[in-house]
Amino acid sequence: MSSTSDGRMQSAAPKAAFTLSMLLYDQRYRSITIQIVFLFALMLGIAWLVDNTINNLRALGRDFSFSFLSNPAGYDINQRLIEYDSQMTHGRAALVGLLNTALLAVLACALATVLGIVAGVLRLSKNWIVARLMTIYVELFRNIPTLVWIIIFGAIMSESMPAPNAFRGDDATASMLLGDSVAVTNRGVYIPAIQFTNELGNLDLGVVSPSINWLLVLLVIIVGIYANKRILAHATAVQNATGERPKTWWKSIGVLVGPVALLFVFFGAHLDYPELRGFNFQGGTHLRNSLIAMWLGLGIYTGAFVAEIVRSGILAISRGQSEAAFALGLQPGKTMRLVILPQALRVIIPPLISQYLNITKNTSLGLAVGYMDLRSTLGGITINQTGRELEGMLLMMLIYLAVSLTISSLMNVYNNRVKLKER
Amino acid sequence: MSDTKPISYVRETMLGQQEPPVTERGIVKWLRENLFSSVLNSILTLLALAVVVYIVSSIGPWLLNSIWNADSLRECRAILDGAPGACFAVITDRWHQLLFGFYPPEHYWRPVLALLLLLVALAPILFAELPRKMLYFSGLFPFIGYHLLWGGSVWFPISALLGFVAGYIAFRLLAKVSALVSVIGAVAAALAWWFLLAGPFDAVMYSIAPIGLEFVRSEAFGGFLISLTIGVTGISLSLPLGILLALGRQSDMLFVKTVCVVFIEFIRGVPLITLLFTASLLLNYFLPPGTNFDLILRVIIMVTLFAAAYMAEVIRGGLAALPKGQYEAADALGLDYWKAQRLIIMPQALKISIPGIVNTFISLFKDTTLVVFIGLLDPLGLSNAIRADTAWTGIYWELFIFIGALFFIFCFSMSRYSMYLERKLKTDHR
Repeated sequence: MSSTSDGRMQSAAPKAAFTLSMLLYDQRYRSITIQIVFLFALMLGIAWLVDNTINNLRALGRDFSFSFLSNPAGYDINQRLIEYDSQMTHGRAALVGLLNTALLAVLACALATVLGIVAGVLRLSKNWIVARLMTIYVELFRNIPTLVWIIIFGAIMSESMPAPNAFRGDDATASMLLGDSVAVTNRGVYIPAIQFTNELGNLDLGVVSPSINWLLVLLVIIVGIYANKRILAHATAVQNATGERPKTWWKSIGVLVGPVALLFVFFGAHLDYPELRGFNFQGGTHLRNSLIAMWLGLGIYTGAFVAEIVRSGILAISRGQSEAAFALGLQPGKTMRLVILPQALRVIIPPLISQYLNITKNTSLGLAVGYMDLRSTLGGITINQTGRELEGMLLMMLIYLAVSLTISSLMNVYNNRVKLKER
Repeated sequence: MSDTKPISYVRETMLGQQEPPVTERGIVKWLRENLFSSVLNSILTLLALAVVVYIVSSIGPWLLNSIWNADSLRECRAILDGAPGACFAVITDRWHQLLFGFYPPEHYWRPVLALLLLLVALAPILFAELPRKMLYFSGLFPFIGYHLLWGGSVWFPISALLGFVAGYIAFRLLAKVSALVSVIGAVAAALAWWFLLAGPFDAVMYSIAPIGLEFVRSEAFGGFLISLTIGVTGISLSLPLGILLALGRQSDMLFVKTVCVVFIEFIRGVPLITLLFTASLLLNYFLPPGTNFDLILRVIIMVTLFAAAYMAEVIRGGLAALPKGQYEAADALGLDYWKAQRLIIMPQALKISIPGIVNTFISLFKDTTLVVFIGLLDPLGLSNAIRADTAWTGIYWELFIFIGALFFIFCFSMSRYSMYLERKLKTDHR
């Protein structure tokens, strides 16, 4: 209804005959003129670019096709979450890279969130030395490029950590951590892996074939979370009816942990420890230097930004809120949990989403330490081998774009759910 | 009963104020309140102290023992003789490379002078107390800076500058006819000058008066020189472009709005590194055969577009935060769109978005390190090059500290300046 005044003026104005000059001087038509001119300029520009591309491709004797994706890749990828060998296709290699990107993004987001919340809360603490330490952390990491941090962490891993043979013998200069289960070496970090004695085989889904054991574990966890939600909802209903909240923690633990533990026992789960055999550690899970460097570099760097977001979110809640909560007799812990945090979250979540997006996009810096992500597989080796830089680059951009848009729309859904409902 | 005994004792002087108890004053009070106010706080304090002691004890001796004069890492190690110590000799040996790349040493004064002039040009923009006349110099600086850094014929930047002059003259001449015509005329005059007359003018003038500094190719640029060149150009171009994009996104014109939204979301959805690769690998496909223009220029364009999309979102936030009454008041005063934007909307919207704008500047400056991936020798690329030299193989931390410290100085001062500006422009009375 904002244009009512315009509409009235139009209807009141005498119907003047349309003249060409009105296209320039009349408010009503000028915007149409501008848009048409703009449209023409843009289409001309795009046509020029496309025409150039077609001519250039023809001059090079090349076509525009994505068929290279189904050709054998011929290169190895050192970190794979799904089955892959050099005989498989370029498309498969790109998928392996995409999964590596996703793994790194999830790990780094988790680290950044944890670090950011801790640092952000501690920076507001009244403890002088802790607050200063956190300020130093935040300012130091925020003001130095993430690429520098990634390379520094890569150098720390490869230069400052002991070689595997330092763990050997009676006069070993290095020792494994956490009761001989974790080995930090200059070739990467070795951690114990969970293995099952009763393997149920893999579920063949065409592109990926996940282990049935793990799928079942995942299913049980999801069911557990759902059941826990029902238990909590029931407790709230009882509380609303009677004023007393029944104790639910033992039920929650039983639902969340019990079935998974049972399943693990049933599958015969055990830990496979890394062991020094020959020149290197064998067994367990090998986290490569590239993954560790990227994880720490991105996670700690972004953690500094998250800390600032959390701090400003908490500061944005007016003092009256906590004073009101204290006046109601709530304890500091409950004040934080029931009054401050729910309101602070509304301020925190939108910028937090963009930090998650930044992490996802920054995983493409993996090139600096040789992490085999989407950019290194599809956008690196595949392009170099096939010479299809136009197609490869376009495809890679589209994938990143799709991932970013997916994350931001998912997060927006969540944001809308916690947003203050205005009436 | 009249002879009631007087009260035996009445104190006539006040007691002097007692010192607070020892736990409530001086350093003990401070310690109790700030470090050991509760069990949790005490634990945190001890933990923090442990961290500080650990860091200082592991880095302290290394820093204190630093060697500043040596020709190679081996020599450093020989001097240190097994003791921990930093070998900052690599910085004394190679600082000029980290700062200037392969810029010819006899011309180092040119980037240094350009940097000093840049500070002079920035001063009136940053501090409103300085005389406004200095802004004329700020307007001229891009041409002076270009000539100092790249050199070549002095007539080239002058002819570029004359294009703006031509546009201005056309604008003034046609201003009497109509505002719209004068703008169109100004743009047409400037474009006509640049595309038709600038080249011949440059050639003719250079043949008459061959003045100019020696030409330095872009390939010679490196180190912080390249970071600053890309950073400063990107920063100064991305703000106006960002404003235009933000206005376009807010516009009523459906088509303009759609294009702006698509552009912004596309740029924000892909990593900068893919755009840089597009600039270095794919631009040859999109341009007419045989076109080949400077890699640094391509990078500047891409970085600017990238930062402009983020800038647009920041400014859109500022525009959205402005009360609707401001727009309506501007309309009620009878201001047209551009006047309303220039006099009422933008000053307030930009003020609200200062923190976001400076954050975008800082991240743009930090993102200049990514050019190492397309083969430009920024500080990180040069640190690899230095390490490839047998004299300095295996040197890491000293280089990282130097590079990190320089980036820190630039970014930290930018963020401090934005806080100063925010305080200065604050008009609410709280």
